[in-house]
Order: sequence, then structure tokens, then C-alpha cells
Amino acid sequence: MIELDNVSYGYGGNALFSQVSLTLAPGSFHFLTGPSGAGKTTLLRLCYADLRAMKGKVRIFEQDAGALDRDAVAMSRRRIGVVHQDCRFLDHLSIAENIALPLTVSGRANEAAGNLQELLNWVGLAAQAHQLPPELSGGERQRAALARAVIVSPDVIIADEPTGNVDWDMSQRILSLLIELNKMGKTILIATHDLTMIRAAKSDVSARILRLSDGQILQAGAEL
Amino acid sequence: MKVLLDLIVGDPQADRSVPQTGMTARLTLFVSAVMAFLAVIALAVSLTTNRVASLWAEDLAESATLRLPADPVTADALLLSALDVLETTPGISSVRALSQDEQQALLEPWFGPDLPLDALPMPQLIEIVADGDGYDVDGLRARLTAQVPGAILDDHTAWREPLLGAASRVRLIGWSVILLIGATVAAMITLAAQAALAANVQVISVLRLVGAKDAYIARAFVRRFTLRAGAGAIVGVVCGALVLLVAPQGDAAGGLLLGVGFEGAEWILPLLIPLLAAIVAFFATRTAAFRRLREQT
Ligand SMILES: Nc1ncnc2c1ncn2[C@@H]1O[C@H](COP(=O)(O)OP(=O)(O)OP(=O)(O)O)[C@@H](O)[C@H]1O
Ligand SMILES: [Mg+2]
Repeated sequence: MIELDNVSYGYGGNALFSQVSLTLAPGSFHFLTGPSGAGKTTLLRLCYADLRAMKGKVRIFEQDAGALDRDAVAMSRRRIGVVHQDCRFLDHLSIAENIALPLTVSGRANEAAGNLQELLNWVGLAAQAHQLPPELSGGERQRAALARAVIVSPDVIIADEPTGNVDWDMSQRILSLLIELNKMGKTILIATHDLTMIRAAKSDVSARILRLSDGQILQAGAEL
Repeated sequence: MKVLLDLIVGDPQADRSVPQTGMTARLTLFVSAVMAFLAVIALAVSLTTNRVASLWAEDLAESATLRLPADPVTADALLLSALDVLETTPGISSVRALSQDEQQALLEPWFGPDLPLDALPMPQLIEIVADGDGYDVDGLRARLTAQVPGAILDDHTAWREPLLGAASRVRLIGWSVILLIGATVAAMITLAAQAALAANVQVISVLRLVGAKDAYIARAFVRRFTLRAGAGAIVGVVCGALVLLVAPQGDAAGGLLLGVGFEGAEWILPLLIPLLAAIVAFFATRTAAFRRLREQT
């Protein structure tokens, strides 16, 4: 689905990581860990063509991400659901409208109605549907972001710290939502610091655990 | 038509995805209204000049004057042969020798009422009115030289040409003003659109992240500015038309400044101004939006 081949990236000249390779096979489940500032968010942004690799190749759905034009990038984003670390909502629209946004912008707003109610219940936000994003708690915003990521029924779900702001119970719920999606055949990539969550997931899903540090990506797992 | 309708009805969802900015909206409306008002006035001046100038030119072209030499001995014979030549010229509808009184009236503004006309040798004037098609001026001149020695035909060309020249310069100025107004509207809309785009950097980046194409994002801005420019221009045109209707109307052929306005089918032109403003706004915003979106990841 998504492939990084000897990719290098850095901000302002100094390389953050170099020659990093990663393959997300269809239906696979990956965790990406590593110290803060290692470049996890940066790596994820390369995966959905928000950044362009400075060296190496990124392939998204068999296409060279570096060669995609702006419309093609937009089209590929409709197949990738992203939960951003900082959520990124439109603050003047209600939570329900924000969750339906990926459908709205792809001209499929009429599909939202049924789906949306179901999704709101699934993430437990039915009562908050008409509130504005700034009025929600951090955990509620994260669940709303997850709902927005999955509303178009994407092939790939990329989640950046989806449990960063929530308590243990809620992180378990979010994790089980993601595992459920993986069982439905979705490809999942989660960046997280939360090792307890990774441990909890291991019994339910065969996940690969990657560790990004010092500009290198390593297969991890043994130490967990 | 369909494009226009789509634009006016719009996609309410797309429109809502970009928050409203009250200040740019009001300023765009205001500037567009003022520019449309000025365009209406410039258009009216231009069209009126055109109309008045061609009326005058027509009047002058239809009439000519023949002046016979002031020689008391030959005067009567010359008058007779001149009238004979004129009456047999095709294209002349009437010929009339001016009476003593009429000639005196013409001179009065220059010499006062007490001029002893009888005591002075006066050239005889003959007024010639051409019919619609006119006559052969050079041919008439040749015959007059042969048969009425000393007669001078004044066909008013000397007056007509500078008048038409002045009118066409006023018209040129009028159209230049209208073009400049159009360019100003384009520049102003571009600035306003850029301000709106800059104010919505975050919104645009979220829309891109959830898979919106540039065209979708641009449309929300384009629709807004097109409608504002069009609506502002309607207000401006209505105000301009009211001013023209209310302003004192003189005789259109007489006083140019008093008679400024539109006549008959000319009223269609000011009605096109809002449409033009909308078209200018459409392209200005579209260009600004796409350029901005390409620059932003
Ligand atoms: N837009 C940017 N411009 C400049 N530097 C940046 C930018 N984004 C990130 N960085 C830098 O790149 C490094 C990696 O950032 P990144 O967000 O990828 O880390 P991370 O692994 O996701 O960290 P965290 O676990 O805290 O989310 C950091 O040192 C950060 O300061
Ligand atoms: Mg991060």
C-alpha cells in the first residue's frame, strides 16, 4: 500500500533521518515508536504526501509520491485516513460537520447522514455532535479525529498518537476500534509512545513494532 | 448559463467550509458599488457625447451657405443664375435666399442694431438644405465657378471636422476610464481575495489534508467574491441610473452636460456592468486562489 524506499528527510539542511525503508503491506498493522523528536510525525507525513522525500522514493498505492500532481495527492488522501497529533479541525464547524468533511470535500456529502450517526455512536460522541471542536476535551477531540479518519472507509489508516490525551480505558477503546478496522482489512500505522498500549494490542493482533531513533528505523519487539 | 446558475446557487457545504470574513466582504461590496457608479457615469458621458456630436454633425452636413459677391450692379443677375444652378443640382432639397432682415439679424450681434445696411455693399447669402443623400460638392463648386463668378460655397466642413474630432476624443477618454475602472476592480478583488486566502491558511491546510482538491477550495472563495462584486455593482448601477434620471435634463442636442444619460437601447449597457464586474471578480479570484494554493502545501 505504502512504501518508503531509502528515504531521507530533514528540516533546514540537517537530516532528521536518512535511508529509512518501510513497507505497509495490505492489511498489516504497524506501531511506530521512538523518542520525542525522533521524527515519527515527519515519517507519517511522508506517508500521506504532506511532505516530499529529499532522497529516496515514497510509493503510495503503487504511485511515486514525488511525481503526483496536486489533484492526485488529494485523490490519494481520500484513501488514507489520518488522525493528526494535533487533530486539526475546522473550528467554525460542528463536530458532526468536521467528521463528515472528507465526504463533503469529495462531493459525497449525501452519504454522510446514515454513516455519521453510526460513527458518532461508535466513538461515543453522539451527544457532542453539534458542539464546536474547541468545546471538546482532548480525548473527545481525538475520538472525533478518528471518526473523521475512517468516514470515507479508507484503505489505510495512519494515526499519530491517537491515545495521547486519553485515560487507560479510553485508549483501550480507541485501540480496539483500530484493531476492529484492521480485522475489516484496513492497513494500520500508529505512531505512539504508549508502550502499554502496544503490549495490550499484542494479544489481539499480529503487529509489527518499529522503532525510530537516531535517524534509523529498527524492528523492535523483543524488549517489549 | 448552467455555470452561472451553479455559481449563484453554489455548494452550501463548500461555502461553509471557509469561514466568513465580514470586513473584506463589506469592503469588496463598497468598492465594487463605487466603481460601478463611476462606470455608469463615464458610460453615459461617452454615449451622450457620441449622440450629441453626431446630431450636430448631421445638422451641419445637411446645410450649406452660398455667398454671392457684394456688387450692386451684378447682384440681381448673379442671384438668378445661382438659384438656377442650385435648383438644378440633384440632392438639394431646398434653396432660399436670405432676406435683408435675416441678414441684418445675423450681423446684429457683431455690429449692433443700428447698422445702416442699405448704405453698405452686402454679400447675398443663400441657404442650401441637402436631402438625405447629399449632393456632389465638388461638381457644384465647378458649375458655380463657371456660371456664378465670385460665388463662395461654404459646406461647413471646417466646423464639422473639429467637432467630430473633439467628440471622438471625449469618447476615447470615456472608454479609457471604463477600462481603468475594470482594471481597478480586478486589482482590488485580487488584493481582497489574497487577504481572505491568507486569513484562512489553517482552514485550507485542513481541507487539503482531508482530500479537498484545489478547485474545491478555490470555488468557495471565487463564488463569494463573484457574488459580492456583482451585488456591489448592481447597487452602484442603480445609484448611477437614479442620479442620471434625477439630474436636470436639458435639450440633448443643446447642452451636453445637462443632457447626460442613456436613450432607448443604450440602457442595456449599464445593465451589463454588474455582469462584467462579476466576470472580472471571477477570474481575479480564481487566479489568486490557484496561485496561492500552489504555493501552500
Ligand atoms: N515544520 C517543521 N519545521 C522545522 N522543524 C520541524 C518541523 N516539524 C518538526 N520539526 C523538527 O523535526 C524533529 C522531529 O519532529 P517530529 O514531529 O517528526 O517528531 P516526533 O517523533 O513526532 O515527536 P513527538 O513524539 O514529540 O511527536 C523535531 O526536532 C522537530 O523540532
Ligand atoms: Mg509527533
